[in-house]
Amino acid sequence: MTKADIIEKVNAFLIDEFEIEEDLISPDATFKDELGLESLDFVDIVVIIEREFGFKVKGEEIVNIRKLSDLYDYIEKQVNFIT
Amino acid sequence: MKRVVITGMGIYSTIGKNVEEVHNSLYNGISGIGIDLKRIDDGFRSPLTGIIQRPDLKGMLSRRMRIGLPEQGEYAYVATLEALKMAQIDEDFRLKNEIGILYGNDSSAVPVINAIDIVREKKDTMLVGSGSIFQSMNSSITMNLSVILKLRGINFTISGACASSSHAIGMGMILIQQGLQDIIICGGGQEVNAESMGSFDGLSAFSMQTDDPTKASRPFDRDRDGLVPSGGGATVIVESYDSAIKRGAPILAELIGYGFSSDGDHISVPNLDGPTRSLERALKYANIQPENIDYINAHATSTPVGDSNEAQVLYNIFGSNTHINSTKSMTGHEMWMGGASEIIYSILMMQNSFIAPTINFENPDKFSAKLNISNKRIEKNIDTFLSNSFGFGGTNSSLIIKKVK
Repeated sequence: MTKADIIEKVNAFLIDEFEIEEDLISPDATFKDELGLESLDFVDIVVIIEREFGFKVKGEEIVNIRKLSDLYDYIEKQVNFIT
Repeated sequence: MKRVVITGMGIYSTIGKNVEEVHNSLYNGISGIGIDLKRIDDGFRSPLTGIIQRPDLKGMLSRRMRIGLPEQGEYAYVATLEALKMAQIDEDFRLKNEIGILYGNDSSAVPVINAIDIVREKKDTMLVGSGSIFQSMNSSITMNLSVILKLRGINFTISGACASSSHAIGMGMILIQQGLQDIIICGGGQEVNAESMGSFDGLSAFSMQTDDPTKASRPFDRDRDGLVPSGGGATVIVESYDSAIKRGAPILAELIGYGFSSDGDHISVPNLDGPTRSLERALKYANIQPENIDYINAHATSTPVGDSNEAQVLYNIFGSNTHINSTKSMTGHEMWMGGASEIIYSILMMQNSFIAPTINFENPDKFSAKLNISNKRIEKNIDTFLSNSFGFGGTNSSLIIKKVK
């Protein structure tokens, strides 16, 4: 899966399922302050990642994800087995 | 003690999605009962149920608010919006004044089942998602609505089986009489799905008369063979008379009596003593005599034993003259919601001077023959009515409400 595919999928679920306005979405957007997500929402992001990308997220792995680009990078590493 | 009135009501049910639609159904004796094919697939004895459409709340509530709401919470939310509007309580008022919520609810089966299915399959609790816990708890409706509506007063759920929401109104009444709250959102919600009803179906408590679903719920009729499960959401705004006058709010009715009791007997078979004490307590509370009651909305669910026991109790206390009906003939048994919805049905009848028909009441049995029950609508002025709600475990509740002239 290419990085572009990952970005497209992530952005799509943020817009469709989290009802985030499209023009707020950029790689540097922070989840909490700019996208308005809270800790509960990360539980649902974990659910969607499992559904869309087929791997289970461990809670401690996502604590450092603050910006959208962090999430793209994290998913890319997981789906492409880059450690 | 402070006087307590009702200043708003809202309903989302199998016989109408708002007060006006419900009024029309009651007036014309329209049934909300049908067949759920899923229940046939699932091996239910009875596929009969109240038929209800879930409201689409997208655009009305944010995602965070929607994902915590279970099915019955959606019904309760829509009903509560209607009730608040009628009571002329907007968000600005709610922010400046302390408003409470006491709601009846006694199950939330589907989110519990879905969560367990996910954990068993995926072996990962995070994959259940963040909304499930808030949908799963019995207090789901009060926890969600208090957040959505920014309520800052009393906030909890009353689980008293099929008397849950009648008790919720009774408890709200007491808190307001005591001066502890001015306004409390009271009501009841009931999920309508196969998952929540399988174990009840297994008790052989549901009607099997599937030929014409609208004829299956037949309270007090000789040929009744069980209840028809149903549900939805029903809300009344319970308020002190002083607060209602001060706000210039519409006063729909006055709550004057609440009776309660426990049978202390069988878990599912009601007796005569418990309901008798609940009724007598309500009359004493209201300081009125049985002959002052113009109309009784009976609990009567269409089960053989329940209806005949209630008929005996009603005859012993009220005799043969008082008008009695069971709106469950149209709605089916709305269970956790029934106490509140039947207050709304009865207020609608009081406001519009009619007693809705007990549809399907074709032949009385030996006990109901002694009561004044009709399968035709009766045009009649109602000044005071009483509504009964009884539940598993022998919990009983009786509310008395009168017109404010």
